Amino acid sequence: MRRVVITGAGTINALGHDVAQTFEAMREGRCGIGPLEIPDVDRLMVKIAGQVRNYDEHAHFNRQQIALYDRFTQFTLLAARQAVAQSGLEFHGELADRSGVVLGTSGGGLTTQDENYRVVYEEGKNRVHPFIVPKLMNNAATSHLSIEFNLRGPSFTVATACASSNHAMGQAFQMIRSGMAPVMLTGGSESMLVFGGVKAWEGLRVMSKDGCRPFSANRNGMVQGEGAGVFVFEDYEHARKRGATILAEVIGFAMSSDASDIVMPSKQGAGRAITGAMRDARIDKSEVGYINAHGTGTAANDKTESAAVADAFGPHADKLMMSSTKSMHGHLIGGTGAVELLACIMALKDGIIAPTINYEEPDPECALDVVPNEAREANVDVVLTNAFAFGGLNAVLALRKAP
Amino acid sequence: MEIREKVIEIIAEQAVLEPSDVKMDHTLEDLGIDSLGLVESIFAIEEAFDISVPFNANDPSESDFDISSVSAIIDAVSKLVSEKV
Repeated sequence: MRRVVITGAGTINALGHDVAQTFEAMREGRCGIGPLEIPDVDRLMVKIAGQVRNYDEHAHFNRQQIALYDRFTQFTLLAARQAVAQSGLEFHGELADRSGVVLGTSGGGLTTQDENYRVVYEEGKNRVHPFIVPKLMNNAATSHLSIEFNLRGPSFTVATACASSNHAMGQAFQMIRSGMAPVMLTGGSESMLVFGGVKAWEGLRVMSKDGCRPFSANRNGMVQGEGAGVFVFEDYEHARKRGATILAEVIGFAMSSDASDIVMPSKQGAGRAITGAMRDARIDKSEVGYINAHGTGTAANDKTESAAVADAFGPHADKLMMSSTKSMHGHLIGGTGAVELLACIMALKDGIIAPTINYEEPDPECALDVVPNEAREANVDVVLTNAFAFGGLNAVLALRKAP
Repeated sequence: MEIREKVIEIIAEQAVLEPSDVKMDHTLEDLGIDSLGLVESIFAIEEAFDISVPFNANDPSESDFDISSVSAIIDAVSKLVSEKV
């Protein structure tokens, strides 16, 4: 089996338009959640979100590109450009033929759908722009990365709701580990902050109207975010031979299905993914120093996740740190695991653990060290990152410091 | 009486029971209605009476809408309907 390392990272999210800004915000425990600014927000009950601010698509893309790139594709391209530039890779010949893209998204081109439903239903028009289908399709972002960077190998999009990015990165990891591909662009993206996207979530009555407070006794729901995270996953030998800077090593991955309820999480399902990732990584649980939690801020997730971690780790659960950065950037749904992987890289590379902000009251059902409110310096060798989706689909990755 | 009958009809449909089988002191648990069934019932109540029910699934007990029994739900709905301008 080949070893897999990360040689590039890029992002745009509510905390910043690149990795450096995002790390700085996470170090400072800054909140990227604020008033939601979209058309018809007055008809919504939920009026806050982790929106990407000060963003002008015309500063990055020309008119022809904007006709083809939904907001989720734009975010993906911007994040990928950063990641590929950092890696120093260029894709030609056999490397291009064998390298690919696997990304997660839940909703795909929702801005395009929302705008065009308005056109045909609300405005009663009978004609839409010719590129609506290629713009809204879930695999659009994957295809545009493939086109922009000349990646001609295995490429596809994964949709497993809130676990999409973790499932995608798990696939990329396995493809490199097995020798199928030398390099994969992976991660995910979401842009669900449109009237229809927020209205649909509102219906489920699990959204907070005032803030995301994971693991805090007074938490009252999740807050949506948007953005993208894209990484260059690379065969370690390939990276070493070209002298690439390595950000972290990916060492294990596991997925499981609760096979029980379409929305309520399961301690057993989450626990099997956590222990499975450690087994796949061939590590002992005592080696894990930090977990980036799924930590949505809902009553159900946070207590179930805490119980799953307590069960999986036994006494070591009281020694490790577990934080939810969704408190800062919101829940990016299909893109969330990708942005959260940045907190894992920061922990391993810089020795800084991102906090769970807005933590106000201890909850006896979430009695772990959630790194409340302030980032912490700590030397950790191995970290996990959790994602547990609606539908009961779980995906956990394990990472280690760069070799 | 119309409110009471309509609420019972909505709850009975969710519980897959005849309205006559729904008793005033039944809890939702007695009727086998889970969290998803509750959210769906509240949606049906909002649609039937054109009201907005203050309910957050993260903490039903702290929501300003009593769901402890069928009669409590009927009272809460009646109050919201009477407050409607």
